Amino acid sequence: MKIKLRTALAAIALTLSSSLWAGEQYKIDTKGMHAAIEFKIKHLGISWLKGNFNDFSGEFNFDEKNPAASNVSVSINTASLDSNHGERDKHLRGDDFLDVKTFPKAIFKSTKVVSTGNGEAKIHGDLTLHGVTRNIVIDAKQIGAGNDPWGGFRRGFEGSTTISLHDFNINFNLGPASKEVILNLYVEGIRK
Amino acid sequence: MNIETISKWSLSSRVLHWLSAFFIFGLFILGVWMRTLDYYNPWYQQAPDLHKSFGILLISIMIVRLVLRFFTPPPPHLDTHKPWEINIAKVVHWALYLGVILILITGYLIATSENRPIEVFETFNIPVLIQAFDEQEDIAGFIHEWAAYTLMAFVGLHMAGALKHHFIDKDKTLKRML
Repeated sequence: MKIKLRTALAAIALTLSSSLWAGEQYKIDTKGMHAAIEFKIKHLGISWLKGNFNDFSGEFNFDEKNPAASNVSVSINTASLDSNHGERDKHLRGDDFLDVKTFPKAIFKSTKVVSTGNGEAKIHGDLTLHGVTRNIVIDAKQIGAGNDPWGGFRRGFEGSTTISLHDFNINFNLGPASKEVILNLYVEGIRK
Repeated sequence: MNIETISKWSLSSRVLHWLSAFFIFGLFILGVWMRTLDYYNPWYQQAPDLHKSFGILLISIMIVRLVLRFFTPPPPHLDTHKPWEINIAKVVHWALYLGVILILITGYLIATSENRPIEVFETFNIPVLIQAFDEQEDIAGFIHEWAAYTLMAFVGLHMAGALKHHFIDKDKTLKRML
């Protein structure tokens, strides 16, 4: 009995401390889908090929006073790739590219957030894609924050990073202009 | 008119048979080959376009064939055909028909999965009739690929049968289709 009480108290204390000390917890609004993960890659060096990952989820922790204490994690269902062209999507999901059967999830977990002022930050973290984990840096910027009309509180960011396909062991030759992919993230979090 | 001409397949059946045989082989080889092409290969865009266009042509050939098959009965089996040969032939023939139809339908579903029509030889469009299911290109693509390999196995059986009748049994089975 004593032990149970103690664990319960510890649990309460832990919950309190995490809400007191670890900033605000946000869940990325993928239910109402006020979020997008977009990729783009040069096509022949002539223009851009753009697509999205439609299915993902994530959360972030935001500490206004101490941005460095913030963190973010996102999990992407790689099979949800959509470039608005069935045959290309099938090819990109296949083993020439993302091999989504073997690697169904891409995961980003931040390791360090460095504020650069003006609501901007560099989010360092590990991106696991195609079975390879690499450290990347996302340039992030807060778009806004405030009450929504339905009783919640929301905070929105955009972020961008460039990754090299070769780094993630994707070696299908798309030509010299198409070795890097730009990932753009637009996320709106609802405070928990 | 002698017995031999009567027991042949009709001219239209023979023409359609060899025409579809040519298309099926061509489409299979084209299909396997086009997936190996490098992005900068001049055929990278053209090969799939041709694959789709010839596929649509094969659909029309198969429709005519199937209609003919139902309205004009095939020639009777030769007296020398044993019951087990007749049964196997029947299974293989219908497997071939079904396989080709399945591959054609799934091919159509892949090409139209993003709600865009199929351009046939850059001259006319086959419209999108149905959006069958989510991840249509993946599911249809999987069936398309494996049905094609399975079909080729049945084509092998079909050819083995024809050659056996021609060279081992030395009967007129193959000649009736020539």
